[in-house]
Amino acid sequence: MADVKKIATRESYGNALADCGKDFPNLVVLDADLAGATKTSIFQKAFPDRHIDCGIAECNMTGIAAGLATCGKVPFISSFAMFAAGRNFEQVRNSIGYPHLNVKIGATHAGITVGEDGATHQCNEDIALMRTIPGMTVIVPSDDVEAKAAVRAAIEMEGPVYLRFGRAAVPVINDKPDYKFEIGKGVVLKEGTDVSIIATGICVEGALGAAEMLSADGISAEVVNIHTIKPIDEELVVATAEKTGKVFTVEEHSVIGGLGSAVCDVLSENAPTKVIKIGMYDKFGESGSAGALVEKYGLDAKGIYAKVKENL
Amino acid sequence: MTNLELQKRANEVRKGIVTAVHSAKAGHPGGSLSAADMFTYLYFEEMNIDPKNPKWEERDRFVLSKGHTAPGLYSVLANKEYFPIEDLKTLRKLGSYLQGHPCMQETPGVDMSSGSLGQGISVAVGMALAGKMDNKDYRVYTLLGDGEIQEGQVWEAAMFAGARKLDNLVVIVDNNGLQIDGKVEDVCSVYPIDKKFEAFNFKTINIDGHNFDEIRKALAEAKETKGMPTAIVMHTIKGKDVSFMENNAGWHGKAPNDEEYATAMADLDKISEQLEKAGEV
Repeated sequence: MADVKKIATRESYGNALADCGKDFPNLVVLDADLAGATKTSIFQKAFPDRHIDCGIAECNMTGIAAGLATCGKVPFISSFAMFAAGRNFEQVRNSIGYPHLNVKIGATHAGITVGEDGATHQCNEDIALMRTIPGMTVIVPSDDVEAKAAVRAAIEMEGPVYLRFGRAAVPVINDKPDYKFEIGKGVVLKEGTDVSIIATGICVEGALGAAEMLSADGISAEVVNIHTIKPIDEELVVATAEKTGKVFTVEEHSVIGGLGSAVCDVLSENAPTKVIKIGMYDKFGESGSAGALVEKYGLDAKGIYAKVKENL
Repeated sequence: MTNLELQKRANEVRKGIVTAVHSAKAGHPGGSLSAADMFTYLYFEEMNIDPKNPKWEERDRFVLSKGHTAPGLYSVLANKEYFPIEDLKTLRKLGSYLQGHPCMQETPGVDMSSGSLGQGISVAVGMALAGKMDNKDYRVYTLLGDGEIQEGQVWEAAMFAGARKLDNLVVIVDNNGLQIDGKVEDVCSVYPIDKKFEAFNFKTINIDGHNFDEIRKALAEAKETKGMPTAIVMHTIKGKDVSFMENNAGWHGKAPNDEEYATAMADLDKISEQLEKAGEV
């Protein structure tokens, strides 16, 4: 078997910023003493004058970004999701969301794949928080290719965007010549007729693996990648639900308020369908390797497969 | 403008504040009145602005970090002809562009939405930083309440501004000594204010916030100060010039009823007369 190329989406984020720096002279990047970890250090190396380390003060960083945006800059603020969305929630809501300023939030180290640092740093609530803010676009890329495309698309659109990246290296799954990224447009990665597995972020790869295992059992699973949680691709969500009549959602996030909830919001109004949510079941994470945690909490191919079989 | 002209204008700004809050039957007169002289000086004398072109890129910026005193900002903007003075009476009403707290998308002349305390100063810091990055000459002013500086974010912002030597930034603290629950020193003392900003590498200046000579001098000094931001701690009277509101925490966020409104306007009309007489001498 050929080696699968693996790269952490935070790395893709840093590379994409550096890559976009040339094309967008107004792009500036702010960090809060985590430039090495969030990978904005890659941008910093290329554009030292446009990288601003604010020190360990995320709320102030958010306000500074708002001020920069009012003066025509396109600022990215970077920190771990726990702080970028959690600690910062009200600053994001009031200083960025309410005035609808053109600030992008690059949140890395999201979900349990933070790993060894444990529950205090494993943010499973950020999608829920960010998608409640009016006018906020929320994007969760699944791999390197998508993460880089998402960063560029976020710069090209006007308005606040929350981008969610991971710490752990994940396989590249979108490296195809016909790959096209469009904010708000989901992607059918595998057609199927029996069940729909709608996944986001690093769980997309697991969903594909689960579909393969199901196929060996004679179950045809459709796999849909919803990289944009908000605005969600309602048309695609309804279409796949109507096609298969049974929906599973998978996310490295709480089942409260994330992708699963967003899908339920769409389906309950437009195409009532049974939805089984796979994610963190109202629990904090814990220390461990990313792989061990994903396995324990059932977010890998095996776990998704088991959950689907259980609920057929 | 002469001090007398500024005093007259500030008195008109105060009338606008009281009228707006009375019409809204809600709002924050106390801290709007204490800062009315500074509002007036900034918009009529200090800042490089163009009311006909509120989004002019080279303009000086103002962020009302103590956003609840929106009536003060709205009144000075109306006096400066960003919009009609009559519209002050729509404050806080459904459909009005004069929201309870400043909204930059709604109101001409408002440079930043604010109201959640502690956040405006960070935004002002960001504006000042943008000016430095782009080698622009504009200056950035932000007004904070003395109670507001209990918010930790204020000191995150101060630390950054000092560290980055943002000498195009002026932080003004309206030290009227009162917050909602009572005296600032009783609720959770913020004193000494000047020493705190000094420790964060600010040039600090203490002034009487109702004395235009002192305001003028302090802002001129701020402009001459290079390599560090300036903090002006202005000592003021909450509710200034409305007899029954002065130094009374109860008027932090309460509107006068019809009778109280009449008394307040009579107080301010009396000041108008005195200022007219002073002009005739």
